[in-house]
Amino acid sequence: MSKQAQHWEKTRGLLFVTLAIWFVFSIGIFFFGAEMEASSFRPLGYPLSYYMTCQGSLGIFVILIFWFANRQEKIDEEFGFTEREDD
Amino acid sequence: MIKGKFIDNLPKVYGIYTGGFLVFIILMAIAEQAGMTAKAIGIAFVAFTVGIYALIGYLSRTLQLDAYYVAGRQVPTVFNGMATAADWMSGASFVAMAGGIYFKGYGYMALLVGWTGGYVLVASLLAPYLRKFGCYTVPDFIGTRYGGNVARVCAVIVLTVASFTYVTAQINATGTIASVALDIPFEIAVYIGLAGILICSMLGGMRAVTWTQVAQYIVLIIAYLIPVFWISNKMGAGFFPHVMLADEVARIADLESQFGLGTVKNSAADLATVPKGLAGITKAHSSVNATPWAFISLAVCMMAGTASLPHVMMRYFTTPSVKSARRSVGWSLFFIFLLYSSAPMLATLSKLSLMDPTLSTGIIGKSIADVQALDWYQNWNQANLMFVSDFNGNGTLELNEFFMGGKAVVLATPEIAGLPYVISGLVAAGGMAAAMSTADGLVLAIANALSHDLYYKIIDPKAETKKRLIVARVLLFIIGFAGASIAALEIQGILGSVIWAFDFAMSGLFFPLVLGVWWKRANAQGAIAGMLLGLISGTAYLVWVRNGGAGFWGVTQLTFGIVGSLVSLVSMIVVSLMTPAPDAATQRMVDEVRIPSGRTVLGKQH
Repeated sequence: MSKQAQHWEKTRGLLFVTLAIWFVFSIGIFFFGAEMEASSFRPLGYPLSYYMTCQGSLGIFVILIFWFANRQEKIDEEFGFTEREDD
Repeated sequence: MIKGKFIDNLPKVYGIYTGGFLVFIILMAIAEQAGMTAKAIGIAFVAFTVGIYALIGYLSRTLQLDAYYVAGRQVPTVFNGMATAADWMSGASFVAMAGGIYFKGYGYMALLVGWTGGYVLVASLLAPYLRKFGCYTVPDFIGTRYGGNVARVCAVIVLTVASFTYVTAQINATGTIASVALDIPFEIAVYIGLAGILICSMLGGMRAVTWTQVAQYIVLIIAYLIPVFWISNKMGAGFFPHVMLADEVARIADLESQFGLGTVKNSAADLATVPKGLAGITKAHSSVNATPWAFISLAVCMMAGTASLPHVMMRYFTTPSVKSARRSVGWSLFFIFLLYSSAPMLATLSKLSLMDPTLSTGIIGKSIADVQALDWYQNWNQANLMFVSDFNGNGTLELNEFFMGGKAVVLATPEIAGLPYVISGLVAAGGMAAAMSTADGLVLAIANALSHDLYYKIIDPKAETKKRLIVARVLLFIIGFAGASIAALEIQGILGSVIWAFDFAMSGLFFPLVLGVWWKRANAQGAIAGMLLGLISGTAYLVWVRNGGAGFWGVTQLTFGIVGSLVSLVSMIVVSLMTPAPDAATQRMVDEVRIPSGRTVLGKQH
């Protein structure tokens, strides 16, 4: 397999992991709104459902994007596809 | 004081600017103590900030194509994040969001999740690849990737429909704020707002819009956070509201049941006396009040819409590299998070300060005559944003007898909580910054698509630089003016139009964009079918539901993008597979786009 094909395979793998995490916190948990509200786990004292909608999921997305960017940069480096500084 | 190139001095320049703005706020506070009138303070805030944006717009004027279309592709990562955040957070986010949460609670917060989660899609599916492509506009990518003018024109159509729906809402918001702050009629204020928007974008295109958007972000975030922290501290709710309002949220739930929320209903005849656009509290503040599907479908539409809206995508064309485009998405979301995580806190504080009888600001349970005598009530009642009426005739204000406009939560809360007027002036400046920055980005997105993709690429490919830039500016002016004229008619509310824009964009552009990068087999015929059928079916569904149609799958007029994008996906795949695969050159182009290194697909000037 060519270098480029391998690079793309890894990139696609990272995409699937990223989208899986994204799915859980943007869609998955909101199937269980009522269960989250009843949960005894209350971050900072807020009901879990309320907390996830106003801070939890939002914060996770921010971290997820930076994590994704770091991993992708590593993949690009591994196969020598990093941009030159003067590009 | 400043030496060397502007780009190298950004932190210093914007540091001085932020300091200057804070000094201005303090000066205004002193002037208020010295007896400056509320009206004069409002005018000073709006005039001062808009004047600065205009100055930045003038200083950024340019006669170069890549500066005009993509800010010369040299906007640093973090600053592009700030500019995107301002581009993104519109009058709806700033003025209407906290109000929506105030009235609708949990069900409404699907918008918060959707408007942030969409950035994960932008970062992972699209932004870095479109940056590598090196296009000037989104239709530029569609036109080159799929080949042929038909695909390009379809993309221009979808872009125009979505962005134009959005921009009328933003010009409407600038008009509303300008009319309140400057105390002039709305019909005139709309055109004053337009003038500000055009000054920021006309001379310098994307370059000017970038640097004004950074300045606007700084103003809007200061204007949003200061009142939230101040009110929270004044009420004794906690000095860092975001992590300390759990008791207040619980207290609201107690008060809701104490005041009989949901059990006491207003009769239709009573509700008919309430001025149009005002609403009472009818939904619980924090408990789950929407079905999972209602919540999720709305969030999905906003996420896919985020990844398809051209004015957001084109911000990532301005970064120096693919790597910085990716990181820049993270920074954008971080800066957006600062405001979005504060909106529910503002809604909580605002609601509690009105509802809690033990607080001096509480009005529920007080006598109607006392409430009607309050200064702030009279002000906002006159502005048509507040209303009380003694439906049951007991002389006491009940929870179901108090009505407010969605905008009032952000605009009026500082005054209700007893903050000095300087804060209200600051909030007006922030709202103006939010609405203007988004309107700038949108007007530019439409004008650039028309001037670059329609005029230069199709009508007159031999046009020289000077002529292209003149056409671009003339179009900018025409579109801005058309937007303002429609905004002056006030057809749909701010928030409604914004949500529609997301659905339109999602219906027509989401899958053609994503599959353009991730599916090599996608061809021009498929993309054309996807864009046209997606947009048409989405629009048809909207029209059908608006005219009393029953709809299906629980898809409402706010989530019609689900229907549109599904039709778009299916037709794009079916038509692509039925027609020949793209040629080898196109396949190579897609391979090129998938790696960060090497040249961009389109040249520096094209």
